[in-house]
Amino acid sequence: MVSAMEIYMLLPKTNCKKCGLPTCMAFAVGLLGRQKKVDECTPLIEEKKYEAKLKKLREVMAPLENASETGLIIHPEKCFGCGNCVVACPVNVAAEPTRTAVGLGPEGDKVILRVEDGVVVANNLKECRRFGPGGTQCNACTATCPSKAIEFV
Amino acid sequence: MQCLHCDLSEQGHRVRLGEGEGEKQMAICTGCSLLCEDIVASFENGSLKHAKNLCRRGHGHFQAALTERTRPLIDGEQVAVDKAIERAAEILKSAKRPLLYGWSHCTQQAQFAGMALAEKLGTTAEVTLDGASSFCEGILMERILAGKISTCTLDDVRNYADTSIFWGSDPSSSHPRHLSRFSYYPRGEKRQRSYEEERTCIAVDVRRSPTAQLCSNYYFRLQSGGDAQFMEAVLAVLDGKIPKVADKKKMIELATILKKTEWGAIFPGPGLIYSLQDKMDLFEQLLARLNEITSFKVVPMLADCNARGFNELLFEKTGHAGSVSIQGGSAAYSAEHSVLAAAKKCDAVLAVGSDPLADLPIGTARALARQPIIAIDPRRSLTTDAAKVVIPSALTGLEAGGTAVRMDGVKINFEPIMKSELLTDEQILVRIMEAI
Repeated sequence: MVSAMEIYMLLPKTNCKKCGLPTCMAFAVGLLGRQKKVDECTPLIEEKKYEAKLKKLREVMAPLENASETGLIIHPEKCFGCGNCVVACPVNVAAEPTRTAVGLGPEGDKVILRVEDGVVVANNLKECRRFGPGGTQCNACTATCPSKAIEFV
Repeated sequence: MQCLHCDLSEQGHRVRLGEGEGEKQMAICTGCSLLCEDIVASFENGSLKHAKNLCRRGHGHFQAALTERTRPLIDGEQVAVDKAIERAAEILKSAKRPLLYGWSHCTQQAQFAGMALAEKLGTTAEVTLDGASSFCEGILMERILAGKISTCTLDDVRNYADTSIFWGSDPSSSHPRHLSRFSYYPRGEKRQRSYEEERTCIAVDVRRSPTAQLCSNYYFRLQSGGDAQFMEAVLAVLDGKIPKVADKKKMIELATILKKTEWGAIFPGPGLIYSLQDKMDLFEQLLARLNEITSFKVVPMLADCNARGFNELLFEKTGHAGSVSIQGGSAAYSAEHSVLAAAKKCDAVLAVGSDPLADLPIGTARALARQPIIAIDPRRSLTTDAAKVVIPSALTGLEAGGTAVRMDGVKINFEPIMKSELLTDEQILVRIMEAI
């Protein structure tokens, strides 16, 4: 996953404030948090000398476009379908205390993560502890993944 | 205790199944020895349409199960099943030293029929009965079944274990749902705070496997074949001596975790068994020392869905978990009766529910391929390609019901979820026996 510093290195680093933020570093953090878009950095778009940087920036930002509302990215090709994230997720445990909490696959629709066709899929993201501006930095699902198939932006 | 997803009886779990193609049905996964019972699957036009709760390995198993099916063959020519069974009976009847190999993917009922067949053939010939686990987990299974090593069920692990040690095994790859269903992540009766506060998982392995990644700080890297040396170091550090290893601080930390454990479980895999070879007594010694301090149980990481069932049956009948020879009504056990030795002297092979030519070492596989092979298999394999007689059978778990024994000894009963005209392994073996 790309870091804020890697994004910053691809910005003009002039702190011109045209994007509405005080520094390019703040803009890099905004891009990573998906509050800002690459096109809001007008010098990067308009000035020819930044052409290579812009191309590279779009490349590194491309995977983030697949992220869900909570910033969750699933790489199905890496997933083992082990269900560690399904059992570890605190919302799943609260939703099905007699099934998911004791290691069984979920039955209902209230859970966030479930394993379907051998890979993990996410639903009900509004229930995720990370959802919205007041969300916490819960990482139960990503920390328990043996193959780094799920990650947060 | 009432099981959450089935009607728990004294005989074991019995899964309730639905009916009809296209409908969602509860199914048993026979992809590994965890025998997951909470699978919801639907089939359409003879292939898997959708599945819930199946891990990647199980999904692959279900997807592949209905492809490349076998046909009844004699010398590569398609024949009627009855003819193939008749020919198989002729070959076995005329053989002086037949080898009956496989069994780990069959139901217990088929294994019983196989045992009866071996006993019948054993009256006139020297029959070798062996399975894939005999030179791997079978060595450990024999000690467990003999009561030398204490064991427990995986439900006990979920309810009580606070330390899980994966030694020479990588369940994330081999039994993907092991950690999430039993050994680390689920909340148990006495482990409500589970992996977050109450459970510790330790990996001892030659490489940083996906399971070792999850154990983070408690991963102990060994040199290949270094398990005995590591065990001696653990024994030393448990006795308060300075261990002869490079990272003494980490070993002392391990000893502290082991001593503080209330209820521990060790999951030894092929890595430990192949490495220890004849030094299995050292493992027993370590367990005895650990059990002096606290309670430690062992659940071997058997690979195939009913490998334990075969080990249990053979142990019950002969007192050994594998490599058994039956002649004149009495059983003999030694390395000479293992498949590796029998391959060189046998004059007929019956391969049931396994692919010995693909699984066994090349020398043994070549020796087997020279003999007339009778393959009872639902799907095409290297063995069926080389076999003299091929008898198609119903898929265990999908088309054939029965009983299988989970890696921890819990019996799981299941019914077929698909209709099939094919004979089950058990029916084929009974008919061969009748023909003999």
